[in-house]
Amino acid sequence: MQAVQASLKRRYAAERRFRFLGLSAVVLGLVFVAILFVTIISNGYTAFTQTHIALDIHFDPQQIAPNGDTSPAALSKGNYAALVKQALREEFPEVTGRNDKRQLYRLMSSGAAFDLLNRVKADPSIIGTTQRLWLVADDDVDMLVKGHFDRDLPESDRRVKNETIAWVDKLATEGRVKQQFNTAFFTHGDSREPELAGIGGAVAGSFYMLLVTVALSFPIGVAAAIYLEEFAPTNRWTDLIEVNINNLAAVPSIVFGLLGLAVFINFFGLPRSAPLVGGLVLTLMTLPTIIIASRAALKSVPPSIREAALGIGASKTQMVFHHVLPLAMPGMLTGTIIGMAQALGESAPLLMIGMVAFIVDIPGGPTDPATALPVQIFLWADSPERGFVERTSAAIMVLLAFLISMNALAVYLRKKFERRW
Amino acid sequence: MQSSVLLLLLIGLMALAYQMGRRRSVRLVGGYGKVRELNSLPSYYGAYAAMWAGIPALLVYGLWLAIQGNVVSHWLVAELPPEIQQLPKAELALVVNDIKNLAAGSILSGHPEPYMQVAADHLHSLRQTGQAALAVVVLSLGIAGLVLARQTIRKDMRARTRVEQVIKVLLIISSTIAIFTTIGIVLSVLFESIRFFQAIPISDFLFGLQWSPQTAIRADQVGSSGAFGAVPLFAGTLLISGIAMFVAVPIGLMSAIYLSEYAGPKLRAMAKPTLEVLAGIPTVVYGFFAALTVAPFIRDSGALIGLDVSSESALAAGLVIGIMIIPFVSSLSDDVINAVPQAMRDGSYALGATRSETVRRVIIPAALPGIVGGVLLAVSRAIGETMIVVMAAGLTANLTANPLESVTTVTVQIVTLLVGDQEFDSPKTLAAFALGLMLFVTTLVLNVVALHVVRKYREQYE
Repeated sequence: MQAVQASLKRRYAAERRFRFLGLSAVVLGLVFVAILFVTIISNGYTAFTQTHIALDIHFDPQQIAPNGDTSPAALSKGNYAALVKQALREEFPEVTGRNDKRQLYRLMSSGAAFDLLNRVKADPSIIGTTQRLWLVADDDVDMLVKGHFDRDLPESDRRVKNETIAWVDKLATEGRVKQQFNTAFFTHGDSREPELAGIGGAVAGSFYMLLVTVALSFPIGVAAAIYLEEFAPTNRWTDLIEVNINNLAAVPSIVFGLLGLAVFINFFGLPRSAPLVGGLVLTLMTLPTIIIASRAALKSVPPSIREAALGIGASKTQMVFHHVLPLAMPGMLTGTIIGMAQALGESAPLLMIGMVAFIVDIPGGPTDPATALPVQIFLWADSPERGFVERTSAAIMVLLAFLISMNALAVYLRKKFERRW
Repeated sequence: MQSSVLLLLLIGLMALAYQMGRRRSVRLVGGYGKVRELNSLPSYYGAYAAMWAGIPALLVYGLWLAIQGNVVSHWLVAELPPEIQQLPKAELALVVNDIKNLAAGSILSGHPEPYMQVAADHLHSLRQTGQAALAVVVLSLGIAGLVLARQTIRKDMRARTRVEQVIKVLLIISSTIAIFTTIGIVLSVLFESIRFFQAIPISDFLFGLQWSPQTAIRADQVGSSGAFGAVPLFAGTLLISGIAMFVAVPIGLMSAIYLSEYAGPKLRAMAKPTLEVLAGIPTVVYGFFAALTVAPFIRDSGALIGLDVSSESALAAGLVIGIMIIPFVSSLSDDVINAVPQAMRDGSYALGATRSETVRRVIIPAALPGIVGGVLLAVSRAIGETMIVVMAAGLTANLTANPLESVTTVTVQIVTLLVGDQEFDSPKTLAAFALGLMLFVTTLVLNVVALHVVRKYREQYE
């Protein structure tokens, strides 16, 4: 008794230590989640707005349509960059040197000229007039206005020079610099210029890829689950299938990329960089997830349903397709959505099958070259410009938003259709 | 004809066949009132006809889709001038590629030569003939199937049994896809690896200490003979996975223990899903996080205490992989801890043990096989993780055990060797497949062992 009393204090201390360790592990895990989200959001939220600068653009007929021809083809040949440059020169007449002027022109994005072209195409009657227009600023100006550049650094360490800061400040005090909602980010394809780059192409690519994936993996996965759960005898063959499925679920995704490269591209000669091939690879990757979830859903349907159906004279196939499958469907759908969410976030196998190309056009179908949203994030993360850090984080936020809503949908479906027998 | 239009037509044909088969069966017995005289329900006769109309045609269509690329290229090469056909394989592939680009109207690598223009036109006509022939064959097959099925429909035909047989075959085929995937993986990495080991002896690959996969393009080039000793890659992979496990196992295991043994229902309901969020985040996001936040943080804090830390240190990549695997370890451990029978806990408490003593002396020993299995699965995850190391670990193969230096891993090298255009006969590209084979075999062994251990463990307490 004495010995127990003496050791009690030590044992309780050990208990408290252990408990504290456990709690700190949980807290540490939660802190990691918090840090991750805070980093991404604080880096990325500014990308949803874009700096625009108001310039007085004179639509000089000499530059746009010297012959007075206003057909769209002729208008496309006009020198719109010159209009922007002229407006900048008039705004800052004191800038004279060749290098200074070049620096001045860099205030505006090269996308400003395309904007002017589109405006003229939409309404040729503005040729010859002078208008104050909000045009896209260069990414360096954008970063400066958003405060991502430290103004206190010595000029040689900064990406923007003192003159540029002075010009932007002057425009800002005149109220001619403003942040607008960044629609280009959602509609444009990729670009080398951060201010013109968007996720439109990547989202379309991901969409076509998921379309292929869901069209193949859902029916095949459900069919495989039905066979294994309802029809298959227990023998070596089905055992082999089961071991295979469980193993495939744990094979590294990059190995599936190697499979796609060797089989789909080199052997079958399917096009590189196409969402079709990406979808095929992701189908093979998500099949184990869907099969496992579907089997669990089938297992949860009570045997009494099957017996009742068989008892009133249904064949085995009728029993499965008319009675068991509808009851298992919510569980299968949930599994499929979770599998699709996995597929949407996957990027390693896509690197293998050439979906890392720099593609400006928005793909129009599953065989057009495209990239996917996670791959776009990977590509932007490699770009050195500060503007791309912001875009990368914003693209991550969009990707996470898709994933969270897919998972939320899965949880909702499970809650709504879950039945306890 | 567009392939999607063809597919739609085929589906339309199947719908038509269904209607015709159904109506035919009803008419055979003389109206809906006498449907009972039929062997099966009318819809089964419809499905029977639709199957005949659809399945053979779809098979031919799929076969053509699979082989068309290679077949068309083969025909194209056969029509090229003989001196072009004599070119080495790689150059010939370039010429074929140019011709394809020319036919598609895109930009060429050089000025098109006259024979290329001819070939491009030829390719165009080949493709058109191919498409037209495919459309004719597929549609006539479909119609033939429809007519045949309609002819064979009789009052006493066992349509239901036949349809169900076909359905069963389809189900079986679907379930074997997992096996074919495994076979496909093995074959695709094995063949290229064998070609690689013909060029580089397997012992050099497995035991060599030097990895620099640049091979000379010209014979007189300096310093790029190519060395394919994979030991530095294995060491780097092990180092990074080791760091990851060092982070993930204690945190994952302790949080699983805390959440299942100590935490109240409120905390558990909040903390568990939040931790699982970590499992749902795409790896590319972790990679960005590692490269943008963690690596600079570690480098700066290292500089603060006077250590020289590489900006692509193994520590940063390993740490982030560890964070990624925490929920994996914790949910697997949670499962096995919950599988330990309550009676064992009660017995331990009855003897006067505190909670932590119960956990350490009873629950963990009882759950150990399951925990080990879970950890093995987590190791295979860490070894196969790609995006985080591609974005945050280095490219140079260092043989070092210092976590502050930059190391490279198997997966990083696979990606760097295979991304971009590559020729398929240089050891450089083939090396990626040999690495892939190593990766596949390692993870397979780990998975098989782990799944076996976990399964045995589960059976023990059932």
